Amino acid sequence: MPLTTSLERGRAPLAVSVPAIAVTLVLLAPIAYLVIRAAGSADSLIPFLWRPRIGAVALRTFALVVSVTVSATILGTAIAWLLTRTNLPWRRAWILLTAIPLVIPSFVYALVITTALSPRGLVQKMLEPALGITELPSIYGFPGAFISLTLLTYPYVLLPTRAALTNLDPAMEEASRTLGRGTLKTFTSITLPALRPATAAGALLVALYTLSDFGAVSLLRWETFTYAIFNQYEAAFDRALAAALSLVLAITAIGLVGIEGWTRGRGRYHSIGPGSPQIGLTHNLKHWRWPATGMIAIISFATTIGPMAVLSYWIVQGAMAGESFGDLGEPLLNSLTTALLAAAALTAVAFPLALFIVRYPGKLSAMIERTTYIGFALPGITVAIALVFLGVHILYPIYQTLLLLIIAYTVLFLPTTLGSIRSGILQLNPRIEEAARTLGKTRLQVLLKITIPLVRGSMFAGAAMAFLLTMKELPATLVLGPMDFRTLATVTWAATSESFFASAAASSLMLIVVTAVPLALILSRGPHRSGPQVTHQTS
Amino acid sequence: MSNATTPRLNRRRLLGFSAASISTVALAACGGRPEGSRPSTAATSAPAEPQVVEKVVTVEKIKEVPVEKVVTVDKIKEIPVEVEKRVEVVKTPQTLTLYSGRSEKLVSPILKAFEKSTGIDIRVKYAKSAALAATLMEEGDRSPADVFYAQDPGALGSVESLLDKLPEGLTSRVPAWAQNPNGLWVGITGRARTVVYNTEKHKEADLPDDMWGFTEPSWKGRIGWAPTNSSFQTMVTAMRVLWGEAKAEEWLRGIQANEPIVYPKNTPQVAAAGAGEIDVGFVNHYYLHRALAEKGDSFPARNYHVRSGGAGALIMVSGAGILKTARNPETSAKLLTYLLSDSTQKNFASTTYEYPLVPGVAEHKGVTPLAAIKHPSVSLADLADIKGSQDLLRKVGALA
Repeated sequence: MPLTTSLERGRAPLAVSVPAIAVTLVLLAPIAYLVIRAAGSADSLIPFLWRPRIGAVALRTFALVVSVTVSATILGTAIAWLLTRTNLPWRRAWILLTAIPLVIPSFVYALVITTALSPRGLVQKMLEPALGITELPSIYGFPGAFISLTLLTYPYVLLPTRAALTNLDPAMEEASRTLGRGTLKTFTSITLPALRPATAAGALLVALYTLSDFGAVSLLRWETFTYAIFNQYEAAFDRALAAALSLVLAITAIGLVGIEGWTRGRGRYHSIGPGSPQIGLTHNLKHWRWPATGMIAIISFATTIGPMAVLSYWIVQGAMAGESFGDLGEPLLNSLTTALLAAAALTAVAFPLALFIVRYPGKLSAMIERTTYIGFALPGITVAIALVFLGVHILYPIYQTLLLLIIAYTVLFLPTTLGSIRSGILQLNPRIEEAARTLGKTRLQVLLKITIPLVRGSMFAGAAMAFLLTMKELPATLVLGPMDFRTLATVTWAATSESFFASAAASSLMLIVVTAVPLALILSRGPHRSGPQVTHQTS
Repeated sequence: MSNATTPRLNRRRLLGFSAASISTVALAACGGRPEGSRPSTAATSAPAEPQVVEKVVTVEKIKEVPVEKVVTVDKIKEIPVEVEKRVEVVKTPQTLTLYSGRSEKLVSPILKAFEKSTGIDIRVKYAKSAALAATLMEEGDRSPADVFYAQDPGALGSVESLLDKLPEGLTSRVPAWAQNPNGLWVGITGRARTVVYNTEKHKEADLPDDMWGFTEPSWKGRIGWAPTNSSFQTMVTAMRVLWGEAKAEEWLRGIQANEPIVYPKNTPQVAAAGAGEIDVGFVNHYYLHRALAEKGDSFPARNYHVRSGGAGALIMVSGAGILKTARNPETSAKLLTYLLSDSTQKNFASTTYEYPLVPGVAEHKGVTPLAAIKHPSVSLADLADIKGSQDLLRKVGALA
């Protein structure tokens, strides 16, 4: 049972609950829109949804979501463990390289993969002289979609798991080892259960990302719900059926969030004693050292080094053919401005929500938390069109302004920022706040002097996450951005849509490099250490 | 200051001007210098409204001042200046909002030229045609858009109820087949479906007369196609319209039986045809010309527009329409007129290798003339059912 204190038992102060409820209403706007739009064609809806083909699409979606989630979770956890608990060589470099997939837009990655690995693509051309390979096996369909999404999403598990591992009180693992349990047994019986909330939260993001991804599944041709939704817009121009399919997706997402909530259980994740930050156990990999390094090197090559090499190759090729790259200064500035604004907005919105969810648990806060995931699980185009509706009918003064675009980013990415801040607050023992209160400080003083300074690290990490995702966002930026608004993502898209590979490569390479800087910053700070947050779980 | 003639000039502007002219004098001490006032272009995010702009043209001349006298700012005031100001009232709206489903890479140079020649400021939103169509449908009568320029007739067709009838002067510029029958939108450029072939393996004369020839077993393993490509799907739609569902299915099954190599889109097929990886590929015509421009005429691939015509020689168009709710219908018409002007059509032809739709404007050198293609007389409105074609492609197993 969670340790409830007098503070937690009370109702949330209005200063917390009112903004939380207001944000939730905005988050629910896409759902309201989808219901309105889908209801407009209720007659054709039932026969449409009740077809074997929809069953097939559901099955394909299910297969992809489950397999990507499982493999990305295993991969992310394994890499996190290797990076924090072993004597793996070149750890600093791997820490950055293994996180880079976060900043690669999936449509760019899929484009690189398809051109490099298609039966007679770049890789085949390189292999042919040496090995005589005339054709590579097709990567289209399930294998291609599965592999690229796994490689693009495992960092969602890696980052929180690595943070949790670093913050985990090694005393328990040490105790387990001294009592005679081996590395594996200790990992499965002590470490894994303690990592469960962080890893499960990451796995949930992987599942939802896979559910809503269009870039990879469309180029690699594996028809999921999101693909089918795009098709309704693009081939049939049918907003009603697109809305109906999106509702199915939203319901699925809420179900997945429910599963994650169930795995989270009722444990308590902050330490009771003051604890002391220590360096965790270092497991000697011995003869596994080089195979492990090889695995990480292969993954880094497939996700980072390889794609960057292909992009550079296109740039050189284009430059030699005299292709102009256009002016990237303005798009870069726009990308940075919106991403910084979005990061600030998302942090400002996520903090009171996280406080509400952690400190005042109950039906309302559980409902609010689930709501935050809806936007992340819906395809960007659906959220964008929903916000067009909202903008035109309710927020007309800010329609096609930066403000509405920032609201769109908030709807799309809130769970990632919220998750980070939430775990920060979860690890903060409420007794510290309580002590300050009993010493006569007001709620506001406690918030400013105790809570915010102690979770600053996780707020920073959450903001950085929002920054990364905003930098590479495409569909909402295109539809909702101000007129003549160009970002690195939209410029890349414009070039790829007409197969100007060199321009596409130039802007996407710039996007990746610029976004990798804040990523490197968070990673080099290490998982946030903010006061007594050494954790272990007691159920 | 003497001889300042300021007809119809309001006081505020005059004050602003006399202040400005002082600074001008210092710069222009060596001689006369014309200075035009630029109408303020602030508040670009506000909805465009027709506005009357006073364009003030001033010419200032300094009288009899030896240069060495201009030493300090105090002295400048004493310099006799002759100022001539004319006010021209320009009564055109200054902005235009365009939703473009065509890529920025292709359209933006042409729009910049329009801005330069007319002084009209175009604000553009680029996105996929379908996303813009959905946006327009949601926006309804509150749409800020004046003009919708789409990649294909399907997107225009889906928003027909929002489009206004175009002036006859515009629709008369292009042939009837390349526009909406009710004059709601007009084609701007044409793209031909064609067969790209490797010139080292085939001569054009040896290629089959029609699309059915490629279902012969001798073509097994030699064909490339891109079933997910929307232009390809439009060709299948034309087959369904011209031949009927059953025949279209039979053709698709015939090609399927020849185990075509699947590509994600047109460009890699053209490259593959040049590399001899495939003998033929079903593509749009202009990708070859891009490859030729990049790799030179020795690139061993050319387009073959099927001799007997039909769906395999379909011409598709990009098109544009003006919204009923356009705030600037007149400038909108100006833009469309510009896009359909001989010089812009020529410009499209030479930069995108697409077909100019205005009769009399020549194709780019090397592009098969439109007149030499036996393209089917299928109404573009009948080609809207892409969904049906996708269903058929799924039925034969060409799409997942």
